[in-house]
Amino acid sequence: MADHNDLDHVTGKTTTGHEWDGIKELNTPLPRWWVITFYLTIVWAVGYWIVYPAWPMLWSNTTGLLHYSSRADVAVELANLEMIRGDRMVALGAAPLADIEKDPALLALARARGKTVFGDNCAPCHGSGAAGAKGYPNLNDDDWLWGGTLDQIMQTIQFGARSGHTKAHESAMLAFGKEGVLKKEQIVTVANYVRSLSGLSTSQGYDAAAGAKIFADNCVACHGDGGKGNQELGAPNLTDKIWLYGSDEATLIETITNGRGGVMPAWVGRLDPPTIKALAVYVHSLGGGK
Amino acid sequence: MNTTAPPIEVEIDDYGPLYAARKKVYPQSVSGTFRRIKWGLMAFCLGVYYLLPFVRWHRGLGAPDQAVLVDLPNSRFYFFFIELWPQEVYYFTGLLIVAAITLFLMNSIGGRIWCGYLCPQTVWTDLFYAVERMVEGDRRERMKKDAAKGTLKLQRFAEITLKHSIWLMIAWWTGGAWVLYFNDAPTLVKQLVTFQAPMLAYIWIGILTTTTYLLAGFMREQVCVYMCPWPRIQAALTDEWALNVTYKYDRGETRTSLKKANELRALGKAVGDCVDCYQCVAVCPTGIDIRDGAQLDCIQCGLCIDACDTVMKKIGRETRLIGYDNDINIQRRQAGKPPIYRIVRPRTIVYSALIATVGAIMLYALLTRSLLDVNVLHDRNPVAVKLSDGSIRNAYTVRLLNKRGFDRVIAIDIDGPANATVHVVGVDSVTPDRPMIVLGRDQTTELRLLVTAPSENNPEKSIPVRFRVTDIGLGEVASATDNFVTP
Repeated sequence: MADHNDLDHVTGKTTTGHEWDGIKELNTPLPRWWVITFYLTIVWAVGYWIVYPAWPMLWSNTTGLLHYSSRADVAVELANLEMIRGDRMVALGAAPLADIEKDPALLALARARGKTVFGDNCAPCHGSGAAGAKGYPNLNDDDWLWGGTLDQIMQTIQFGARSGHTKAHESAMLAFGKEGVLKKEQIVTVANYVRSLSGLSTSQGYDAAAGAKIFADNCVACHGDGGKGNQELGAPNLTDKIWLYGSDEATLIETITNGRGGVMPAWVGRLDPPTIKALAVYVHSLGGGK
Repeated sequence: MNTTAPPIEVEIDDYGPLYAARKKVYPQSVSGTFRRIKWGLMAFCLGVYYLLPFVRWHRGLGAPDQAVLVDLPNSRFYFFFIELWPQEVYYFTGLLIVAAITLFLMNSIGGRIWCGYLCPQTVWTDLFYAVERMVEGDRRERMKKDAAKGTLKLQRFAEITLKHSIWLMIAWWTGGAWVLYFNDAPTLVKQLVTFQAPMLAYIWIGILTTTTYLLAGFMREQVCVYMCPWPRIQAALTDEWALNVTYKYDRGETRTSLKKANELRALGKAVGDCVDCYQCVAVCPTGIDIRDGAQLDCIQCGLCIDACDTVMKKIGRETRLIGYDNDINIQRRQAGKPPIYRIVRPRTIVYSALIATVGAIMLYALLTRSLLDVNVLHDRNPVAVKLSDGSIRNAYTVRLLNKRGFDRVIAIDIDGPANATVHVVGVDSVTPDRPMIVLGRDQTTELRLLVTAPSENNPEKSIPVRFRVTDIGLGEVASATDNFVTP
């Protein structure tokens, strides 16, 4: 602490008495307005404590005279957003599905809305970029189990597949092995035949004619002549390069033995109609839509 | 510098005050060269500030016709023939660099020219002082009126009211001119008058009215001394050749009264030209004594030069006892050598060259900038998609920019994977494999672009792809490159 205040002879000013390494601090008082401003900020801070939530208590905090809360603020903002969005969503709901992609503004809205909703609801199964995974279709490609037109996509989103909804896509692949329809060696033969349909290699010494016979007897009903598939039944095209569960022999044997029947939930009732529409347009615009 | 100042008698206060009250400055009116320069520059600066929003500039139908406009809702900045987009704000960086170096150059030539003549704080404070002088009278009268406390007569009350009213009107007009830069000026004036203008405009006018009124009316020189960082920076930029407002103590000392000086001169004794009349202090807007040498509080406005010159003329001595000069010349004169002035020297040459270089780069960038632009972003999730026939498709987000004031038809071509086809989502092309879209004037458009290529022709993992957009009418081309990836 300062013992005594000196007079600095160079400037003619008093010092504060503080000295560091021979350097003394001149007593240069602050301007009055500065000090007043400083006190005003303190007064302001006290007012702030009283008016706004400020003091943390053990389990909560003081709510302040204004009872301000950021949560309420967000709720208001969200309500405002809904209001702003309202008109445009109504326009989206009213537009015929086929015309949305032709209107750049509506397309942009549908894609933006669709992308968000997709991320919230569809991404867990189909991936955030709709690239799918084993058993979950890639929505970017041009292969569709239940059809890839706008209407078909919307239909699938609305009611799902094997979802339990009365309008849902139904039918499942029979478990040919488990049900005892086909024997083990027949399954291996027909699996090789299926691989040959899309130009994949087959194991040595497999009986192509027998495979064709088994296929014709058991598979054609759903997968069609030549294995081209049937979108009415969600039966995949077996001649193309896209395989939902995998195209290797072991996977095919597994598929034929135990059958397949993936479930897609129905979204009608969970998402409002304009949102489902936006979602359909978004999925269609990913690039695989017919 | 004057090192022979006598020691000052000081009362020692053991504790010292916690704060110091401001000593009010009463600058006296003055006339002369520098006062005229200051009037001229004030008129010019204020004229530009208040009138610029009303200058029109024709840009074609549908585009704003205000010469200088900051169009925040549409993210455009207009400056006469220049129209800047948000991604081009680096021009402002260039402008700031040029402004900074110009300040350096001004400093190396003539000291704090900015502080003394051009700074808004100086200009508006000067204007407010002029109003004050007009209403309340000059230095002496104002001091007398302020000293006569407790006897507030009606006339004095009227004076004070009038002064503050005029101040507020100027301040209000200052705020008003500010908002005009952000909207069509004539329209906004109409809206403001009829109370139809957006709330934000009124708020900004309020903010600028308050700050102008407070800073120019009350804070005045304190802004320069306590609040502004420039005096510190500019003081560091000045050098021994820079001309600064200088009291030539070699000529002025020893100071003494006019009468005594004449007596001593008659006896053949050496006396200085300074007659200690304190006119230089009386006219100073920051209330300092320039005879104490260069100091932080000095904004170098040159008014003390005018005051001193007036006195010197009256007593028949040579003018410019205070003038723009530097220490080198004071020392040279003391040594009996003629003064030298060097404006062209390495420092000023470097600054000028830097200004010219940055200016030239900016101009070149501005003149050669593209008015059609394309940006491409590859989809990351998924990076590539295998289609049922085995071909590969990549998706891209393409952003097209049309900086021209008319709609254009744009064709999109790609150079990349062999046998690739390109499709724009939502666009049915008349010509297959060459999508065309209409790009609105002064707009950007985002497209989803799908590029599909047979995999057997494209064995590489990653193939460079170039997106070319062509204005069908003008032939203007822009392109961007990315990669085509196979899974």
